[in-house]
Amino acid sequence: MVLEELVHPYSRYLRSDMMPHIWCSGCGNGIVLNCFVHALDELKMDMDKLVVVSGIGCIGRTAGYINADSFHTTHGRPIAFASGVKLANPELEIVVISGDGDLFAIGGNHFIHAARRNLGLKVICVNNFTYGMTGGQQGPTTPRESLTTTTPYGNIEHPFNLVHLAAASGATYVARWTSLHVRRLTLSLKKMLQKEGFCFIEVVSPCPEIFGRRNKMRTPLEMMEWFKRASVVENFSDPSKADITPQRLVVGEFVDVEKVSYEKLLHEKISQINEKSMRW
Amino acid sequence: MPERISHSPLDSKKVQPVKAEIHLLKDECKGCGYCIRFCPKKVLEESKEINARGVHPPKVVDENQCIVCSFCTAVCPDFAIFVTAKPVEESVKHE
Amino acid sequence: MSNAKKALLTGVHFMNGDEACAEGAIAAGCRFFAGYPITPATEIAEHLAERMPEFGGIYIQMEDEIASIAAVIGASYSGCKAMTATSGPGFSLMQENIGLAVMTEAPCVIVDIMRGGPSTGQPTLPGQQDVMQAKWGSHGDYGIIALSPSSVQEMFDLTVEAFNLAESYRVPAMLMGDEVVGHMWERVTIPSASEIKIISRKKPNVTPDKYKPFKPDENLVPPMACFGEGYHFHATGLTHDERGYPMTQSSEVQSKLVRRLCDKIDRNADKIVKVQQVMVDDADVVVVAYGIVARAALSAVRKARESGIKAGLLRLVTLWPFPEKQVAAAAECAKAMVVPEMNCGQMVREVQRVAGMKPVAFLSKLGEDPHTPLEILEVIRRSA
Repeated sequence: MVLEELVHPYSRYLRSDMMPHIWCSGCGNGIVLNCFVHALDELKMDMDKLVVVSGIGCIGRTAGYINADSFHTTHGRPIAFASGVKLANPELEIVVISGDGDLFAIGGNHFIHAARRNLGLKVICVNNFTYGMTGGQQGPTTPRESLTTTTPYGNIEHPFNLVHLAAASGATYVARWTSLHVRRLTLSLKKMLQKEGFCFIEVVSPCPEIFGRRNKMRTPLEMMEWFKRASVVENFSDPSKADITPQRLVVGEFVDVEKVSYEKLLHEKISQINEKSMRW
Repeated sequence: MPERISHSPLDSKKVQPVKAEIHLLKDECKGCGYCIRFCPKKVLEESKEINARGVHPPKVVDENQCIVCSFCTAVCPDFAIFVTAKPVEESVKHE
Repeated sequence: MSNAKKALLTGVHFMNGDEACAEGAIAAGCRFFAGYPITPATEIAEHLAERMPEFGGIYIQMEDEIASIAAVIGASYSGCKAMTATSGPGFSLMQENIGLAVMTEAPCVIVDIMRGGPSTGQPTLPGQQDVMQAKWGSHGDYGIIALSPSSVQEMFDLTVEAFNLAESYRVPAMLMGDEVVGHMWERVTIPSASEIKIISRKKPNVTPDKYKPFKPDENLVPPMACFGEGYHFHATGLTHDERGYPMTQSSEVQSKLVRRLCDKIDRNADKIVKVQQVMVDDADVVVVAYGIVARAALSAVRKARESGIKAGLLRLVTLWPFPEKQVAAAAECAKAMVVPEMNCGQMVREVQRVAGMKPVAFLSKLGEDPHTPLEILEVIRRSA
């Protein structure tokens, strides 16, 4: 049934003058955006308090599409930028949405330190195993033997296990889902947005045009079929054993703990030093 | 396989089943095929028409089969499909 | 309000340049500092680590200089007056994000206490080797403001000025100190609140639905909304239009934006530029100097006058935009110019550019101490 002037129920969360987005057919970025605004809708999020920060990459365009205060930083720096935003105004909800290369290659240092500090940032890493925007180069999560434009003979580097890295760095919430796990991803996003401290969700995501096409998954559906076939939910299992292989893709929530956030500790310290703080 | 026992649900006078309305923003579709492939009731299939993007958007095979699980709504990367539910006036009895 | 009193330490103090800079930031309303230890700027961070919590300001030591400047831009967009401090190696690291601050027109202050370079160089000795980098360090074309303090009092005063300029023009403002000015101890007078001029960024006077974050006013500076005020705006380092949306395929948008970023500073240069002129009006030889070298230059000029040479000092308080009018006017009346610098020739190139046919003598000094008055006097004599 097709109505005149059809308006998608989530269109109010999106900047209508920026849509439709630039992403390819079947791109997981679109699904992450969908699940994210779905989570915002279910939580009745105060959009005036939300700040979306993204880095460089196809996923970097996300900040431009969401109808909230948003900022598109230089490559690798959304977490560092977001740290400044959060500390200057702790009442804001800062969500960093970026890619595997942006957050863990050039941005790796900022990630581990923000997690270590337990600064109250919510980080979504859309992991498509490649640098898509620049044409499909190898990245820190590219699986062994993958073909990319900079590993034309097969990748010999070991990839990061992002959930293991996040857990080891001190995040209070760590989860991994694929773009196929839309409901669990939405639930995780809702949980993350209501949790104190540094939270991290990895979304394993199809990049059919750039990564899939070179690695025997030509169509969008083939990569999603891999997710369907290989993924197994193992909640609270050891994140260091959360493999991603052609046969086994471990998803689930890995860490969900309570730990006082950096901004709370800072507030307490300032209060101790000075009974009446100006800003807080 | 046990014989099918036909009866009305005990709360059939109180609970009203929903009628699905599947909304397609055809020109937004980029033809990834996710909604068609992952619909649990196989309500959608690829149409023969070509939209403004040069791909075949989905078409509804039988809207009555839709159980409003909204998986298509959630999995569409392009905000090109969404399902709404409308409660029907009369209750439905099994034969 | 008790917190405001704790913030501003009105009175006469004896402190070093780095501390004076930190107090200047506090006096200007800076409530966010993110930095990384580096000689000879570390004392700024240490002083602020102690002082900021006294009145609810935020101090954070980030993991590197790149994170520091990124956090400063973030805090600026959250509505805070924000600053970082570093030296040459950190200044180099920050350049990409300085470009981001320029492109997203984020007001902020970056202090570079210059030391011997290049690379790790001489961490504990002065230099003036970063002054061209302040203007050209990041890729792309843009306008920037850079100030050069010559005394501990100026480390205080010019930090306040840097904040005011950054807020007025929505641009990163650099304070180009050096290791001597940073580490020397002098008397500093911190005025009362009513005596300090504070300028803050202009806020939008339209409703969110009408707001365009990069639509400039007549002075080429757009009013600035901040996160959390309900404006739902977007800012990006990509070439963007007045709505802030990326427009990477339009040469018209690129041309309009980049030229405005340059013109914003160049066209307002008269309001920005400051120099100090001592005995320049009738001078035959004008010494153009800045930073700690200007102290010795002043002494040399006075000694020259005592020995009958009509010398004058044109001290550059503003390095960028370059005080073209003032230097050209001085060159017009003088017979020769002398430029002493602690580098291999940086600001002297600008002086040569505007000095017309007048000879410009360059006195380079690298490492160890700044120029002595006698060294500069010798060049004044030869130029007279």
